[in-house]
Formats: sequence, C-alpha cells, structure tokens
Amino acid sequence: MTLLLDVQNLWVRFPTRSGIFEAVRGVSFELGKERLGIVGESGSGKTMTGRAVLRLIRPPGQVTADRMSLDGTELLTLPERDMRKMRGQRISMIMQDPKFSLNPVMTIGQQMVEAYRVNRAVGRAEAMQKSLDMLRAVSIRDPERVLRAYPHEMSGGMGQRIMIAMMLIPDPDILIADEPTSALDVSVQGQVLTIMDDLVRQRGMGLIFISHDLNLVAQFCDRVLIMYAGRVVETCKASDLHDAGHPYTRGLLNSLPQLDRPAKRLEALQRDPAWADAPGDGAAL
Amino acid sequence: MTALALSGLNVWFGDGPARVDAVRNASFTVAKGESFGLVGESGSGKSTILRALTGLAPSWSGAMSVNGKTLGHRRDRDFFKTVQMVFQDPYAALHPRHTVDQVLSETLKLHGFRDTETRILSLLDGVGLGPAFRFRYPHQLSGGQRQRVAIARALAPEPAILLLDEPTSALDVSVQAEILNLLMDLRDEHKLTFLMVSHNLAVVAHMCERIAVMQNGEIVEIMPVEAMRSMQVTHRYTADLLNDSINYVRSSPVDPSPSVERVDPD
Amino acid sequence: MNALSREWLLTDTPTSRMHARMSSFYKGWLALRSNTLAMFGLGILVFLLAVAAFAPWISPHDPFAQDLANRLQPIGSDSHLLGTDSLGRDILSRLIYGSRITLYIVALVALIAPVAGLLVGTVSGYIGGWTDIVLMRITDIFLAFPRLVLALAFVAALGAGIENAVLAISLTAWPPYARIARAETLTIRKSDYISAIKLQGAGPIRIITKHIWPLCISSLIVRVTLDMAGIILAAAGLGFLGLGAQPPSPEWGAMISEGRRFILDHWWVATVPGLAIFTVSLAFNLLGDGLRDVLDPKDEGR
Repeated sequence: MTLLLDVQNLWVRFPTRSGIFEAVRGVSFELGKERLGIVGESGSGKTMTGRAVLRLIRPPGQVTADRMSLDGTELLTLPERDMRKMRGQRISMIMQDPKFSLNPVMTIGQQMVEAYRVNRAVGRAEAMQKSLDMLRAVSIRDPERVLRAYPHEMSGGMGQRIMIAMMLIPDPDILIADEPTSALDVSVQGQVLTIMDDLVRQRGMGLIFISHDLNLVAQFCDRVLIMYAGRVVETCKASDLHDAGHPYTRGLLNSLPQLDRPAKRLEALQRDPAWADAPGDGAAL
Repeated sequence: MTALALSGLNVWFGDGPARVDAVRNASFTVAKGESFGLVGESGSGKSTILRALTGLAPSWSGAMSVNGKTLGHRRDRDFFKTVQMVFQDPYAALHPRHTVDQVLSETLKLHGFRDTETRILSLLDGVGLGPAFRFRYPHQLSGGQRQRVAIARALAPEPAILLLDEPTSALDVSVQAEILNLLMDLRDEHKLTFLMVSHNLAVVAHMCERIAVMQNGEIVEIMPVEAMRSMQVTHRYTADLLNDSINYVRSSPVDPSPSVERVDPD
Repeated sequence: MNALSREWLLTDTPTSRMHARMSSFYKGWLALRSNTLAMFGLGILVFLLAVAAFAPWISPHDPFAQDLANRLQPIGSDSHLLGTDSLGRDILSRLIYGSRITLYIVALVALIAPVAGLLVGTVSGYIGGWTDIVLMRITDIFLAFPRLVLALAFVAALGAGIENAVLAISLTAWPPYARIARAETLTIRKSDYISAIKLQGAGPIRIITKHIWPLCISSLIVRVTLDMAGIILAAAGLGFLGLGAQPPSPEWGAMISEGRRFILDHWWVATVPGLAIFTVSLAFNLLGDGLRDVLDPKDEGR
C-alpha cells in the first residue's frame, strides 16, 4: 500500500481562560489509498484532527506534530502560500452542510468554472465542459440546468453531490469528508455515499471519513480509528468493528437501539476516566 | 381508552398559490398508555402533526381529540395540563438567559402550583439531575443535560400525553441511550402516553408499539413494531426506508434514473 | 465557600438565584476587563461621573461669575487653567458644571428612546399582521425625517430648553431601536423556547416582557452606548443653534456656539468644550464596542 498521509503525534491546543484546552492529544495514523473512518462522539477531537491536517485551525489554536507529511512533503512547516495550493490541489474537504460551503449569490456553474480555472490554465468553454462532466460523474441528471441554478434551489442531497463534484475537480490525492451525510435523509445518504465510494475507488484516492455513526463507518470504510477525549483509543478493520475490543467502542455499539434485536433497556455507556489517559494504540494493526 | 385521535387531518401553510400542504388526510388513534411512532424523511409532515396538535400550526382542518374531547382552534390551559411536548434541539429549546430554576418555577407557576420549591427538586431528581444543576444557565449544561431539563419542564404540569419531536437526534448515541432509557422509565412511572416523531427507525422501534410511516404529508402505512422488525411491511416506500436505514452503501452502482432526484422548492 | 470570593463567583454550580446572577455578571465583567480600550472608555466615563458629582467642590470658580476685566484670557493664565470666555467666566469651571448637563441629557435620552423603541419593536414583531404594518409605517415616517430638522421643528413648537431638546432628540432616536428590537423579535419568536413556553399556556404579554425583552435588551444597550456619541453631538448641535440649553447655562454645545465669534483670535474658547465633547463621545464608543463583545447573545449559549 502506498503511503499518502503520515501523521505522528498530532496535538491541537486552544488556550482558554481556565488553562489550555487540548482538543487533539497525540493522534497518529497513516493513510494509504484506502477509506479511513474516524469515529467518536462530539468533542472527541475528530473534526479538529481533519482540520489540523488541512492546517485550518485558526489562531489562537496551536497545532504541533512530530510528523504530518503528504507524500513526503512536511505540511506543518510549509509556507501558507504553498499550503493553499496544497489544499486546493492535493487535499480537499467536504463539510457537513453544503449550504455553508457554496456562495449563495453565485450560480453553481460560476463557482465550478472558477474552481476549475484556479487549478488549471484553461478557457471558460473547456472549464464549463469539465464542470458538466463532473456533475454527470456524481449522477446529476440535467447538469446544464444545475449549472445555471443558485445553491438555494438545490436540495441537501444535490448540494452535497455538487460539493463532491467541486472537490474532485482538481483530482486530489486525499479527500477529507466531515460528516458529509449526517444532514441528509437516509435514502439520499445512500446515494451520496455510493457516489463518493465509486469515485474514490476509480481514482485511487485516500479518503478520511469523519462521522459519529458507527454502523455507517463499519459499512463504508476499510479501517476505523475510534477517538475519545482527543485520543485514538482503538484502531481496527471496519469489518471487525462489531467485535471491537475497547470498552468505549463496545459501549458505543451497545448503546445503539437495533431494529433486529429488541431490548427492554439500552445499555448506557459507563465512562472510565482511564480511557482518556490510555495511549493511542495504533500498533493493533 | 383512546388518548389521541386524529381523523382526516390536513395541515397547510400559506395561502393561494403559495399554499403548501404539509399533512394530507392523516388519521390514527393512540390508546392510553401506548407509544405511537411517526417516521418519515424530512418534509414528510411528521413534525407538523405534533405542531397542529399543540396549536402551533394554526391552519388545519379535520378532527383531533384528546381523551375524547374534541379540539378547536384554541388551546386552553386544561389542554396544556394534559399534553406536553419535548423539542428536537435541546440547544434551542431552553431560553439562553434563564436558569434551570427560572424555567421550572415559571412553568409551575403558570400551571398554578404553589409548592414550587419541593416540586422543582423532585422534577430535577426525576430526570436524573441533582439539585446542583438547579441554578445553572443552559450554556453550563451539556446537550443531554439540557434535554433532561426540557423533559422536566414538559413533566412539570403532570401531563398524561407526551409528544416527542425527535428528542435524541441532536445527541450523541451514548447520550441518546440515556435519554431513551429515562423516557421509558418516566413512561412506566407516570403512565404516560407517547407520540414520538423520528427519522431513525431503530429509535422509534425501540420506543413504540405501533408505527406510522409518512411520505410527502400522507400516512402510507400503520403497523405494529413486530411487523417492522421482521420486515413484513406492505408498502414499498416502507420497505425502501427500512432497507436504506440498515444498508447505507448500495452494492450496485447508482441507478442513473432515480425518481428520488429533485430540485427542492424550499 | 465564602461569599464574594473569586471561586464563589466563578463556580459552575451556583447555589441560589442570586449566586447564579452574580456569577454570570462577574464573568461578563471579566470579559469586559480584558478589553483595554473598553476599560479606557469606562475610565473616562467614571471620571466624568465623579466630576459631575463633585462639581461644586472641584471647580475653581463660579461658572456664572462674570469678570469683564479678565475676558478672553488664554489657556494657562493665572487662576484660569483653561482661560476665560467673552464674559470673563472661567472655562474650566463651566466645563465641570457642563458635565452635569451632558450627563443629564444622556441619561434622559437613554431612558426614553430605547424603551420606546423596545416597546414598539417587540410588540410589532411578536404580534405581526396589521399591528406590525401600522407600527412599522409610523417608524418609517419618523426615520424619514432628518434628525436635526425634526428636533428643530419640535423645539420651535415647544420652546427652547434642555428638556425639550431631550424630548426632540428622543423622538428622532427611537425608530432605529424599534427596528433592531423587531428584527430580533422576529427570529426569537420562532424559536423552540418560545414555543415551549406557549405550550405552558403563557400569554403574549408574559412572553414579550419575560422572554423576548431580556434577549433584546443586550443588543439595545450596545446600540445605545454606540449612539451616545451621536446623541451628545445632537444635543451640542441644538445648543450650538441656540435651541437647546439657554445662556448662561454652561452646556458644552452652547459654549462652542458662544466661542464661535472669537474662533480666529481666541481659539480655546470654542476648542476646549469641543475637545470635551470629543473625549466623552469617544469614551462611549470604546465602551460600546467592548460591551458588544461581551453582551452579544449570538456568541453564547452554544
């Protein structure tokens, strides 16, 4: 497996009035051409990890790491200008709600053409043609009409597909998707995931899929990191997630109501303060 | 005994060409002590039914009755003593400038209770929050704690019927389990009738004995939970919904002619 | 825990209603204190309050005592630190007494305009329909008048004087507050916590006064503080035009107006009260900016 992203001992800290808040505490992982899931509850540091890789943590937040390299290029020491290029062309990110990621006063066509021309020196007509191809690639029928539409005319599922299309324009090596489907209905969620899955596989990209939904990640990803209190408490193959060993992962799984297994009471998660101290154990795989 | 009965309920917003029919010809009954679930995707009208019941959606036609009493377009205090509601987003359901104490004492006073002091403490105790939480502001509480306060507020007038509008969809799964357990305990303790709305089939199946599936403002199927668990459903949409919520990723490539695709008017 | 200690105030588990309120107030104060510029503004205003309160004891001369032999003395002359005006009155003393008038105007306008605006705005926003249309059109009419011209007309009708000037300024100052309050009410009234209290059977009066007002007030306080500079200037403008405070009252605007005749040869007579107006306006603006950071309800709760 080719190694795309190598993150070792990543820390994200925010100074507050009552001391330093550590959002991410010594997270290490490697990403090849695979689908890596990061799961955890709110506040577990999963989103901060994704943002830290893109260096999107704003001051006063601080990011440190022993190593955070993409294809051998160290990202932490890269000048901001090169990093911006990196963000456009090598790593892309899809956010939870497409409504906040698209400019409401520009048509989708204008935004896609602009995104394309920032990355490649091509004419308008060619950029337009490529945008149409992209929209077709994410299974949008009638792409001509969509290009002329404004973001508010799109449903959530369409918006998220357009975001995926835009993120794929520069043909990135890595796609970071932060809860890309949690604002969508289940039927639409399935479509969006399938599209994302096909594209990642066809193009041989690395995907970091951040989610709170264990079942979703278990079905969709190859490998899963489980985060708790800013640390990785467990790493396992997605197919083995339901036999996970860490009590936190087990607790999360057991607390879910199951359609096929009725239970009188759900198992409430008993939190052990020791989990927060346990070292991030990536050696299990 | 019937706690809630709806027949031929239509709810709409706006007038003339801008009129949107959110609920069309919905009919169901909920027996006393029963838990009834409404599932569907966003925009299917499931929450609108709750809003019409509580009088928060003013334009409706059809018939609604609570404990055999037919509802008009105005709700009186007696109604609010019988029916209460827990909202979806615990972050939006509490006044940001009111402490837990203010929220509960105002509610109790509005319902004419005198012994607010003891009642506040027993309400907090009943939802698993100690007296230490009494004087906190919402921003000093976690999402699960806020939802517990919202449940305490709904229980303050000692209602018989509790309407639950996606009470756990904004919460983490471990917190969801705690809140669902709490609701089950309260139901047994206070002999409550639940009408629960959710997009999560597993949650509704866990809580409810009978379930109605809604699509585009209409109830397409009402079934007992056992039928849902064993996948014995009659309507195609229900089958799709069940399949989607169990299998996220489809094995086949995306069907390029999906009928679900649409450009949303909103 | 002993009362009023730092730990007591910063606790996350208050033990009484009072405790909770004081604790949240103290946290706001800590946030404001970390803003140096806002504290600078607050310092100036506290100083102004002290000067106004102790005016008879700290002013070196009687502000009304004329001394034609010593008229138009320059800054730094014997016993007249800031010089004298055209009638030989001590400018420093007049400035000190003038601070009382300035504070009086500020306090009155701050009492009338935002309260009227809050009332109109929240009722209009909450009830909606015809009430909203009528109230907002009235607001529009007042907004359409040029501020000083309306104030002029008002003073002309009622007669010149500080109280009438204050009324005139308030009359032109309330519409923006009504607009703000209405806009806030429109978003608040759709929120779940308002629905929740409706489900407890609360009526519109209770909802507006107990649930909507507390959320509108903080943004109004910020806006009033930021507008204070404009109000002081409007009062000074009316004074300058001879329609506000009447001579020999040491109102700052009126002082500039009197000094205008000598501005080329005796610049300090008009400049010193001008600087005073500038300083106080600036102080209000700095404080308002800091308050906005602390009080803005959009930043908290989540």
